[in-house]
Amino acid sequence: MSAVADTLVRRPAKRRESFFKNPIVRAVISIAAFIAFWELASRLNWPWIGQAPAPSKVMEAWLPLLNDRGYWYSWYQSSRRVLSGFLAAMIIGIPFGLAMATSRVFHDITFPVFEILRPVPPLAWVPAAIIFWPTQELSIGFVIFLGAIFTIMLNVIGGARSIDVRYFQAARSMGSSNWDIFRRIVLPGVLPSIIVGCEVGIGITWNVVVAAEMISGGGGAIQSSAGGGLGFFIWNSYIGFSYPLIVVGMISIGIAGWISSAIIRQLGILVTPWLRLR
Amino acid sequence: MSAVPADISALRSSIKPGELRVTHVSKGYGDAQLRTEVVRDCSFTLERSKLTVMIGPSGCGKSTLIRLLAGFEKPDSGSIMLNDAPVSGPARDRLVLFQESALFPWMTTWDNILYGPRARGEMSREMRDMAEFLLNKVGLQDFRKKYPTQLSGGMQRRAELARAMINNPAVMILDEPFRGLDAMTKELMWEYYSRLFEETRRTNFFVTTDIDEAIFLADRLLIMSNIPCQVRAVLEIDLPRPRTLIAMVENDRANEIKMKALSLLHEEAMKSFSRGSKAAADFVEAYSRRVARP
Repeated sequence: MSAVADTLVRRPAKRRESFFKNPIVRAVISIAAFIAFWELASRLNWPWIGQAPAPSKVMEAWLPLLNDRGYWYSWYQSSRRVLSGFLAAMIIGIPFGLAMATSRVFHDITFPVFEILRPVPPLAWVPAAIIFWPTQELSIGFVIFLGAIFTIMLNVIGGARSIDVRYFQAARSMGSSNWDIFRRIVLPGVLPSIIVGCEVGIGITWNVVVAAEMISGGGGAIQSSAGGGLGFFIWNSYIGFSYPLIVVGMISIGIAGWISSAIIRQLGILVTPWLRLR
Repeated sequence: MSAVPADISALRSSIKPGELRVTHVSKGYGDAQLRTEVVRDCSFTLERSKLTVMIGPSGCGKSTLIRLLAGFEKPDSGSIMLNDAPVSGPARDRLVLFQESALFPWMTTWDNILYGPRARGEMSREMRDMAEFLLNKVGLQDFRKKYPTQLSGGMQRRAELARAMINNPAVMILDEPFRGLDAMTKELMWEYYSRLFEETRRTNFFVTTDIDEAIFLADRLLIMSNIPCQVRAVLEIDLPRPRTLIAMVENDRANEIKMKALSLLHEEAMKSFSRGSKAAADFVEAYSRRVARP
């Protein structure tokens, strides 16, 4: 009888445990706890963190924006800029990185310039970008492009270098030409690193979107000044002393970045089935 | 897979076993005083249609020798001839099975096996049939669409054997291919691999550090000395084929050969043990001389 009693007693406990094991449940708990702490800190006016507008204030400012075309236009503008800058970084960065990884001569010639330009923060490029490019959009795209390209290139180079030398030896022995080795060994071998580079890279593009959109004067606004992109939205809110809106902009960028990375990650899983199936 | 057009006779008739002759080959690394000669004046022959096993203490330069035979590196002096033609660079007539799987992780078993024919633009109906036959031969017909990471260690080795065999090499070179497999799988692989050899009679060169493996598989056993790598002794392993694990355990001749090989190996190991410390002393001396020079 005791065994029966045991299972009767233990079952609910087990269910609670598995409920807590669900990562989504954990994520919800984590976010809820963070918001509760923030609300509390803001209400009690704790030092430093108390200065931030409370989540309730932020929601108050955010809810009306959900019906605001300008706000969504900002999402669209920023996404478009991030995507085009990021695509340009991929289109230029991946072949460039592959060339640097496969050709010693090309590497030795280009790497010093690459290494000098790499540490320059995208924000520092803003004035130069404005001067260089004929249109505002091109300047913004350029700054975003700079944010992503170095990470993508570094990952491509590192990935190509770490391909096991035995794969090349085996391929060579079986009669592969250089082109065949490039197509069937180098490209698939470097693909996982390209995906990692892109995942990190698209995160950085959202990091630099504020700096890039400072260039924008709110251009393209339809109904409100918020049409200049999410980065501009933050900058504009700061100038206009609307602190809750700053936080709205920050959270919006956070969500946008998270979605972009998740999309890249899913695409990555799709194109590298050999890593998924173990 | 009921109808498999290609069969063992098709495989056998396509094999042109080669004879590989290594004459006075030397190979060293490093410059001037810091130079170590890994292979010095090494000579031996891989006889046609024989399974030659090379055994020697680990770090004796066996892997260097394999890189030379495969053509990944060039010897400093001496010659390597396959069927009386000098070896230059890697080619399909000498394929290597490496210590750990070198199956391409991004290709399925099927694509891995067909890598060579595709690389050379030799895809045909016959080639597909041969791939199908080899896939069955290595018992992976149900794993054709699996990636290497989805295969067990033993399966990976068998897939690699198939990938090499479809290219029909004159010589197959195997660098400790069963290292890292568990004892049971390893012994099953010995039986499997030796049956495969008996069926095809391709010239095989098998490198190992495992004496039981060496005697189980070999027609001829090369016992190597430590650095520099040279052939210390050649034993003809005149044990009957086909060989099975049980027959080998009961065979007195096998034990006799094992004793002989062990005593030779032990001698070599002792020599290299004492020589090793001298080599280290020489290195330190040479190095300090270089540093001290103004």
